[in-house]
Amino acid sequence: MSDATLHDHDARLSACPACDAAPLASRIASAKGAQADIILSLPTIHCATCITDVEGVLNRHPGVKAARVNLTLRRVTVDAPGMSAEELIPVVESIGYEAHELDPAALSASAADRQGRDILMRIGVSGFAMMNIMILSVAVWSGAEAATRDMFHWISGAIALPTVAFAGRPFFSSAWRAISHGRLGMDVPISLALILASSISVYETLNSGRHAYFDAAVMLCFFLLIGRYLDYRTRAVARSAAEELTALEVPRAFRITAAGDEPVPVSELVPGDLIRIRPGARVPADGEIIDGMSEIDRSLLTGESIPVAAAPGLALSAGEVNLTGPLVLRVTAAGRDSSLARLTALVAAAESARGHYTSLADRASRLYSPLVHLMAFCSFLGWYLATHDLRLAVNIAAAVLIITCPCALGLAVPAVITTASGRLFRRGMLIKEGTALERLADVDTVVFDKTGTLTMGVPQLVSINVIPVEARPVALALAQGSGHPLSQALAQALVGVGTVPAPLADLREVPGYGIAGNWQGREVRLGRADWLGAEHGDARLSASWLSLGQGAPIRLEFSDRLRPGAGECVSAILASGRRVLLLSGDAAPVVEDLATRLGIAEWRAGVTPVEKATAVHDLREQGLHVLMVGDGLNDTAALTEAHVSISPASALDAARTASDIVLVGSDLSPVAQSLTLARQARSRIKENFAISFLYNIVAVPIAIAGFATPLMAALAMSLSSISVTLNALRLRR
Amino acid sequence: MEILGLLIPVSLALGGLGLIAFIWALRGRQYEDPKGDAERILSTEWDDRPKP
Repeated sequence: MSDATLHDHDARLSACPACDAAPLASRIASAKGAQADIILSLPTIHCATCITDVEGVLNRHPGVKAARVNLTLRRVTVDAPGMSAEELIPVVESIGYEAHELDPAALSASAADRQGRDILMRIGVSGFAMMNIMILSVAVWSGAEAATRDMFHWISGAIALPTVAFAGRPFFSSAWRAISHGRLGMDVPISLALILASSISVYETLNSGRHAYFDAAVMLCFFLLIGRYLDYRTRAVARSAAEELTALEVPRAFRITAAGDEPVPVSELVPGDLIRIRPGARVPADGEIIDGMSEIDRSLLTGESIPVAAAPGLALSAGEVNLTGPLVLRVTAAGRDSSLARLTALVAAAESARGHYTSLADRASRLYSPLVHLMAFCSFLGWYLATHDLRLAVNIAAAVLIITCPCALGLAVPAVITTASGRLFRRGMLIKEGTALERLADVDTVVFDKTGTLTMGVPQLVSINVIPVEARPVALALAQGSGHPLSQALAQALVGVGTVPAPLADLREVPGYGIAGNWQGREVRLGRADWLGAEHGDARLSASWLSLGQGAPIRLEFSDRLRPGAGECVSAILASGRRVLLLSGDAAPVVEDLATRLGIAEWRAGVTPVEKATAVHDLREQGLHVLMVGDGLNDTAALTEAHVSISPASALDAARTASDIVLVGSDLSPVAQSLTLARQARSRIKENFAISFLYNIVAVPIAIAGFATPLMAALAMSLSSISVTLNALRLRR
Repeated sequence: MEILGLLIPVSLALGGLGLIAFIWALRGRQYEDPKGDAERILSTEWDDRPKP
């Protein structure tokens, strides 16, 4: 459904959220004086009491002018001049609701809303007109004669002509665009049918004719507009949820100025700025470390699961995470360019290779439009040559056009896509691209990334037994003093077995090395091997060392935690007969271990981003339809190269932008279910084409033979529309 | 049959009234939060006195 002739609203909203957000961000920045509303995301609200509670507590808070909850979007909009989201989040959290700040710059809801309201308005007008004309038409069909019939036709025409002009405008404008580009979209036969039916009916009415097709013209508008609205809703829901993911990451950096640190939007950074990066924060721009020692998590960029030591002089890329110590960075490339610029070449190359996927509806309409025009023209020519009656010939051509009109194409495909993506959305999958569901049905090979996709990218202690019981309280006290992921994992494991921390004196974190403290007069340390005077051994496994001041340091090994549902997902895909591959940028032993655990026979380790893209490309060359599941910057090119791609919500913005489907929850099992559902949806679409084809086979000969009446046109149209919609709704269960 | 001259305008006017109400509701952003509105009616907050 990506053809511009089918969906005129596509042209206005670009496919790249980053491109939409950038001008929006600057607009918001310039409107800063006007003080924008604060928008908070409330993922846990679900009922009337939640609404009252949240609005009540916010409205009572001093400084808040008004607060309004939107339950559909699970958001609250707060009008509080001079207040910041940081002040309001604790207010909402104090009554037990989770709240996150949303970046209003990344939400373009208002423009999309206007579009939805516009289509709804046209549906309302055509629905009103259709009902009134139908009342009059029923009278004509049941035998109104002479002057009464003419009067009814005149009134119908008076209602229908302005309605068709207003409600049919989306079809006319997109048909005009198609013709001026030299193409025949689906909207060309629709527009032709609308215009021909209206004009022949006016002519018949002027000449007191028996048949007028005013009701058919308006009904056509009504049904097709519903299809268009469904299509729009699916996109709008997915778009707003995808925007919300982007909006959750409020891009802010701390710029070092003479007056101290100043928080600024990332888009305002320029090369040469000095920024401070706190431990635990994501690096906002490319740059070079000026000051500070720390460790850097590069897993999102390279897939390596072991942190890298960071010292002055090291170059950092946007998207990496600073782990232990504060760093001062001199920006070398700023804003959205920094992480995207290096990707653009790769992604652009992959995109041109993917080519243009033609959706089932487009393929059907390419076959259908010329056929319909040909049939209408032939029946006109045949009847004119046979009878030399121009009026009769035009009448029959109009009847053919109306009866063949593509309600199934215009309504059935959106109905199937809406129900299927609604069902996937409830399971935590967001379909970003209209054709992604159809492409998902083709998939026969699934390629997974490791870090952050099959695993959570969160370390887990392999075995707690290596720590003697008497050392555990000390280890816990040390681990709790550090924000390093390995320390956090150690603390979690120790608390899990009921350890109570021992009192430590002089606890201090040495950025880049580890954490040290004083226990019963002995220096105890937790950290890197070289700092504790130990040999790291196998450098490819994550490990941390614990020294109790006497004896040899203890080696603590960590493995990456599996993403929930990863096992079921992989085995379900394997069981369905599809091929599964694992491509990771991480070291071989780690990848091999995971592949064995999940039962994946084909795996490759140490793969660079270019090699990943090449591997996917080679699979395509073999004629396979590849589904790529990945989250990092190193996967982005491969995600674009694949036939269809999925990324988890925890992925980098660039990876989410490049993929067709976003997995919202942390569970991976919906991926396998979505493959089954996609196949069902595709067969449902084909069934719907078959149903409408059947109607046409019966009705078109009647129309060509000249026996068609307005009553028959109305019946055929509504019956086929309703039956295809009902068939689509069967997907809901 | 003369009654038609009255009934048709009346039915059109009634239908038009519905259309105007729909457009008014649409303009008033009443379709922004259908789920929220369905829940709000169950709230007892403004049951005893109208919302100011």
